[in-house]
Amino acid sequence: MTLNRRKFIAVGTAAAASLSSPVVLAQGAGRPRVVVIGGGSGGATAARYIAKDSDGAIDVTLVEPSRSYFTCYFSNLYIGGFTDLEDISHTYGTLAAKYGINVVHDWATDVDRDAKTVRLAGGDALPYDKLILSPGIDFVEGAVPGWSTAQQNRMPHAYKAGSQSELLKAQVMAMPEGGRFAMVAPPNPYRCPPGPYERVSMVAHVLKQTNPTAKILIVDPKPKFSKQALFEEGWRTHYSGMIERIGPDFGGENTSVDPDAMTIDIDGMVEQVDVCNVIPAQKAGRIADMAGVTEGNWAPVNASDMSSTVDADVYVLGDSAAQGDMPKSGFAANSQAKVCAMAVRGALTDSRVFPAKFTNTCWSLIAEDDGVKVGATYEATEAKIAKVDGFISQTGEDAATRKATYEESLGWYSGITTDMFS
Amino acid sequence: MAGALRISPTLFGMMRAVASFALMVGVAASGPASADLIGDAEAGERHFDDCIGCHQIGKGAEDGIGPHLNGIFGRRAAAHDDFPYSESMQRAGVDGLTWSLETLDAYIENPRALVSKTRMSYPGLENDQARADLLAYLRRFSDNPANIPEAAPTAIGTDHSVDPDILAIQGDPEYGEYLSSECVSCHKIDGTADGIPSITRWPEQDFVVAMHAYKEKLRPHPVMQMMAGRLSNEEIAALAAYFKDPD
Repeated sequence: MTLNRRKFIAVGTAAAASLSSPVVLAQGAGRPRVVVIGGGSGGATAARYIAKDSDGAIDVTLVEPSRSYFTCYFSNLYIGGFTDLEDISHTYGTLAAKYGINVVHDWATDVDRDAKTVRLAGGDALPYDKLILSPGIDFVEGAVPGWSTAQQNRMPHAYKAGSQSELLKAQVMAMPEGGRFAMVAPPNPYRCPPGPYERVSMVAHVLKQTNPTAKILIVDPKPKFSKQALFEEGWRTHYSGMIERIGPDFGGENTSVDPDAMTIDIDGMVEQVDVCNVIPAQKAGRIADMAGVTEGNWAPVNASDMSSTVDADVYVLGDSAAQGDMPKSGFAANSQAKVCAMAVRGALTDSRVFPAKFTNTCWSLIAEDDGVKVGATYEATEAKIAKVDGFISQTGEDAATRKATYEESLGWYSGITTDMFS
Repeated sequence: MAGALRISPTLFGMMRAVASFALMVGVAASGPASADLIGDAEAGERHFDDCIGCHQIGKGAEDGIGPHLNGIFGRRAAAHDDFPYSESMQRAGVDGLTWSLETLDAYIENPRALVSKTRMSYPGLENDQARADLLAYLRRFSDNPANIPEAAPTAIGTDHSVDPDILAIQGDPEYGEYLSSECVSCHKIDGTADGIPSITRWPEQDFVVAMHAYKEKLRPHPVMQMMAGRLSNEEIAALAAYFKDPD
């Protein structure tokens, strides 16, 4: 992006105008303050919409430790060779420059809900009127015996995108001829329900070209999984004989690993593997716990505005929230963020508030030009976000439909990342 | 053991007879949609005079300004490989739009309700009977009898056009802006379109009739059917008002 002189002057003028207004406001009550923790699909969207729609009337701070954010969605496509890592990397400059969001690259280490402040690792405390938590996931300690974050380079999770995705891909590429890739799949609920199975498809796609006698073993604690019929049909078509899945009926829920020996113990049966992708059980990002808004692994929220059930001034978005029927997905977080942004704007400024609506669609790629999707619409009820209507791709669809679905997913990626970052 | 699985020629013949009987019964039960029952094909031929400048039909018909219409019933939209269909029509075909009695009826009634940016410069035929007659004429040039999936003849004369009262609703662009936040997870507000079409700066009426066609499931895309399905008439009008000029 280049700035020509005219644009520079225009930006300069706008900046001068917005710099002068806080001075005026400072003489009064000051602008209401919103702090958003987590710059992913939920947090970036919420920060952008609040800043954009309030025309600067609300002071928005976004706390996100990473300067480059890698979307977890499409990171499987990177592993499959369909996209570069740079193409799923995003920065926060536009949110700061265009919308005046105060982007702080630091870790939030604590929340004092009585004092209404967020403590940063750097030592500062950020005061807030409304706090939005969108910290994604963390892993449940000890969920897969033998595995810990300390061992994540031996057995990558690659379930937070970036260096872990790169590592897993490098390990797949370095597998010996006829070697074995294993995945320990997570129990419900977890981020991106079709994600592990799309990943298996993408690993199979790579191995089919580079290492066609290699095998893939999925060890799964769940009896069934998202888009199962579609994936299994695709695996038979594209990767016949390559993929084996061991479900709970054969010990898939009683699994431990030994990262040093590169073995998996499946209910007493020990398997030697070359790559082991461990995706452990998940819970809300740790800051939600520290803020004291979790019950069990997740943070319960009110469906009408995503506010925490324990504190009306705290909102929880995306993967961390226990909200009802929506899956934990980037699309869902983006959808929830817009409902939350409107509610927060309505509470802090005199602006119109409309009824909550939620949507989700998840696309998955099984092989080149073989895309499938599942989606639903949702509404807010007293008890939860409740599903209204849904659809799913059908088995046996023709190649043109599958190709169009894949192309649609590219369009969606471009759309949602524009909606978050530009 | 293989012999036990083999079906004897006689048995096969019987099975075929049973199958075709079942087919006949099935057809009778669902109502045969022969050309005569759709409408008056002779009258329809006269209506086809309005189409003949672009569309050929009958023996030796070829693609011209528009595609030829032999075998149009049961054909997927944009199915002629060499014909330069509009992008909208190609998308409709990929989405699964197939020409049946019902979809043709809706398309002829208002082409843009089904295919927003169709190249067919035809204003639409409002008269239900005239459409039925025209369809009866077109139906003669499709395989017959065939198990073409189509609605029972009673569906003919169904008014697919959007109620003028609905078209007259003044949309609230501010509400539309909030609702639009759901659309822009996929559709880009700047109007660029890669894999997902642009929805900005449409004439309001085109937007409204397109959304109602999804709501009625005349347009095939499952995501859009779902999204439109839960929007009220006011909400569709609000979105149309907002997307007309989102800046």
